[in-house]
Amino acid sequence: MENPFGKITTLEKVMEAFYNGMKLMFGGFGGVGSPPTLIDGILEKGIRDLTLIGNDTGFPHIGIGKLVSQERAIKVIASHIGSNPIAGKLMHEGKLEVEFSPQGILAERIRAGGVGLPAILSDIGMDNELVAQNKPHFFLGGKNYLIETALTADVSIVYAKKADPYGNLIYDKSARNTNPLVAMAGNITIAEVEEIVPLGSLEPDEIITPGVFVDHIIPSKGVNWKWAWE
Amino acid sequence: MGLGVDFRNTMARRAAEEIRNGMVVNLGIGIPSLVPNHLPKNMLVMFHAENGITGMGPSPEKGMEDENLCNAGGFPVTLNQGGSYCDSAISFGMIRRGRVDITILGSLQVSQQGDLANWIVPGKKVPGMGGAMELAQKARKVMVLMNHCDKAGNPKIVTSCTLPLTTKACVDMIITELAVFKVTPKGLVLTELFPPYDIQQIADKTECEFSVSDAIRKISY
Repeated sequence: MENPFGKITTLEKVMEAFYNGMKLMFGGFGGVGSPPTLIDGILEKGIRDLTLIGNDTGFPHIGIGKLVSQERAIKVIASHIGSNPIAGKLMHEGKLEVEFSPQGILAERIRAGGVGLPAILSDIGMDNELVAQNKPHFFLGGKNYLIETALTADVSIVYAKKADPYGNLIYDKSARNTNPLVAMAGNITIAEVEEIVPLGSLEPDEIITPGVFVDHIIPSKGVNWKWAWE
Repeated sequence: MGLGVDFRNTMARRAAEEIRNGMVVNLGIGIPSLVPNHLPKNMLVMFHAENGITGMGPSPEKGMEDENLCNAGGFPVTLNQGGSYCDSAISFGMIRRGRVDITILGSLQVSQQGDLANWIVPGKKVPGMGGAMELAQKARKVMVLMNHCDKAGNPKIVTSCTLPLTTKACVDMIITELAVFKVTPKGLVLTELFPPYDIQQIADKTECEFSVSDAIRKISY
C-alpha cells in the first residue's frame, strides 16, 4: 500500500506514543468497537497509571476491561462500570478512582473536546448529587444548567472497519458508537482498522471520520477475546 | 391465569399496549426486553439503542451473530428495514431532543411523585448511570416495569425513595405483576389490576397512598 502521508505504521512503531501516567481515550461500547491490537500492545508494553476515558470499562477480559482488570488504570471517566466487576472491586478498595458521567453527556464532553469547545451546558442530572457536585452552574434563558467540561486526551485509540492512507474512516454497524467522537478528541489519534484500502477507494459521501483527525493507522489483528454471548 | 404463569410476559404484554405504529421506543434490559414479542406482527416500531442503533430487530439465529451489531447490553441483535446506525452523541441527541416516544425501564424503587431510583445500591452496587438519566429525564413517556416488592418482600412503590435518585418526578406509569399505576400531579392512581389480586392486597404491598380510578380495569389476557 502506498503511504503518501506517512500515517500507515506498525504496532511496534506506534507504541512509542504510550507512556505511564498518560490520559488515554478509547472508543467502544461494552467492548464492541474497542481496538484489540492496541489494547494488547499497551498491556504488553507494561503501561500503567493510566487515566482512561470512554463509555464503560468493558468486561473483565473484553475491550478496555483487560487494562482495568490488570490494574493499569488509576482513574476512569465513564458512564458505566457494571459489566466489569473488577472495576467495581478496585473502586471500593480505593485503587481506582471513577468519575461517572451520564452516557450522552460523556459523549458530548468528548465531542466538545474533539471540536475545540471548552465545555457544554447540560440539564441532565441537575438534581443528582453525584452528577451535580462540584460543577459550576450557569443561568440561561431563565433556566439553570450545569457546566460540563470538555474532555481531551494525550492519545485516542479507535477501531474502524476501513481506512484509506489519509486516515479517512468508516465504521462497522454498532461498532461505530463512541469512535467518531473519540477520534476527534485525542492530541494524537491512532486508528486500528480491519482493512486499509487505497486512496480514492472510499466513497467520499460515506466517510464518517475525516482523516484530518487521524495521525496513525495500524492494521488490526482482529478481536481475540470471547464475547459474553459466545 | 395467575402469577404462576409467566408474569414477566404478562407485564411485557401490558406495556406493549402503550406502543403505537411509528413510535421510537427504547427498552431497558430484563423484563422490558420481552415487550417486542407482544406487539402485533404488522406494527412498525423503531427500537432505539443507546449505542447508536435505530430500528433494532430481534436476536439473530444461533451462528448468525455479528460481533459488530450488538445492543447496549452487548448482545447480538439485527437491524430492521429502515434502520440506521449513528454515533453515541447523535443517539443521545435523539433522546434529549424528545424524539424517543417511550422508554421502558426496570427500577429498584419508584416514589408516589414518580421519582426514579434505579442506579445505585449504596455500599453494594455502584455500576454507574449509563444512559438511564437522559432516558428518564427526556423520553416523552417513562414506563417502569418491575416486581411490586423486592426479594425481602419490601414494597418498591414508596412514599419517598430511600435509595439515591436517578431522576426526580420522571415516571409516568408503573407496571408490576399486581397492578398498573399512573403517576399524576396528585400522586398515584391505580388504574388496572391483574387478577387474582384485589385493591386491598395491592394496598398491603404498596408503601404509599394511592387513589383508585373510577374505571378500574381487571386485566385478563
